Amino acid sequence: MAGKPKLYYFDGRGKMESIRWLLAAAGVEFEEEFLETREQYEKLLQDGSLLFQQVPMVEIDGMKMVQTRAILSYIAAKYHLYGKDLKERALIDMYVGGTDDLMGFILIFPFLSAEDKEKQRAFIVEKATSRYFPAYEKVLKDHGQDFLVGKNFSWADVHLLEAILMVEEKKSDVLTGFPQLQAFKARISSIPTIKKFLQPGSQRKPVPDDKYVETVRRVLCAYDDMKAN
Amino acid sequence: MSGKPKLYYFNGRGRMESIRWLLAAAGVEFEECFLETKDDLTKLQKDGSLMFQQVPMVEIDGMKMVQTRAIANYIATKYNLYGKDLKERALIDMYVEAIIDLNELLMIHIFQPADKKEQHLATIVDKATNRYFPVYEKVLKDHGQGFLVGNQFSRADVQLLETLLMAEECKPDILAKFPLLQSFKARISNIPTIKKFLQPGSQRKPPLQEKDVPKVMKIFH
Repeated sequence: MAGKPKLYYFDGRGKMESIRWLLAAAGVEFEEEFLETREQYEKLLQDGSLLFQQVPMVEIDGMKMVQTRAILSYIAAKYHLYGKDLKERALIDMYVGGTDDLMGFILIFPFLSAEDKEKQRAFIVEKATSRYFPAYEKVLKDHGQDFLVGKNFSWADVHLLEAILMVEEKKSDVLTGFPQLQAFKARISSIPTIKKFLQPGSQRKPVPDDKYVETVRRVLCAYDDMKAN
Repeated sequence: MSGKPKLYYFNGRGRMESIRWLLAAAGVEFEECFLETKDDLTKLQKDGSLMFQQVPMVEIDGMKMVQTRAIANYIATKYNLYGKDLKERALIDMYVEAIIDLNELLMIHIFQPADKKEQHLATIVDKATNRYFPVYEKVLKDHGQGFLVGNQFSRADVQLLETLLMAEECKPDILAKFPLLQSFKARISNIPTIKKFLQPGSQRKPPLQEKDVPKVMKIFH
């Protein structure tokens, strides 16, 4: 049955947020089922919907896809956001790998103790400004196009914008010193599908709060503290 | 310039091992440049060879590729180990990503502090035998082919074999309850390129020993 993709996750960002961004960027409408209770999760487990007992899970094109990267690659390829050939795909994969690592540091942030949060915030900003942003600033400068790879909008652009906005939430002036990234941010934000997703009322999720953390812990029965990087 | 891919990493498995397996499975000869000291890494970082200042890095087809997944995706596609269409690629990606998750656990085991090692091993065995292996056992049963996806050898088969062997190094009888994984292991190990890679003298790396851990830590920290 064709129909819209359906996303199974908590009502919050986590690992599903990059998938929401990519579907939105591609102009694809999607539905969401939010996990609020342990019972919902156990039902999904029992009916065999979660191949490795984990979410994210996305019902798409007759498949119950799991594994965030697999889902993202499928969507990118299907909606022509994965470059025009193998070499462009290689670049996109490299760039997405970097933004994925950077967003990984932010992913665990809500689950840290208050003390570790401060350490992690500093860590995120340090890595963003000394490792990741310089790399993408250089790509944009050397490549001299509107987009990171080739001449077309791709998954790499969506993912980088997502990462930039997330780091800015931790330090609002973090793009100081990165003029290419500032221009990139403005440019990609004004692409119609992205602009729509950035408006209130879209399916974009807000910064995770204590309620989100509580929900995840309750549903997954995962009460151990995470460690900062 | 040889034209062979050149791998930059320390002389051990780590994140580069899956790439060695994939190249070997594809029958592609490759060269290696081993980082022995922190200076070796710093030199690569300073000359701009490492986009995010990290290894693995592989020089291939005029690119200095970084990010393990990107490198593996490129090799798998180039050498026809990535399925025949988008749907097969989706399945391969799902299977491979989970294997990567299990590999992460296996990879960090040697770096656990002494008082956490036993518990970590228990976690590995639990995840392997309750979460991951049952899935692949069922895939093999339901799919009924020699390979995990479609009718041909793919990167999913290579990476699963790699992981099965590493899991057995942790616990030799870990496959006891998984007859199809056992026959899969035998079957894939017999593929000529794989068989060659499994023989002594190949570029396959041994597991890291306790005594080598400080040296590796010095390079990266």
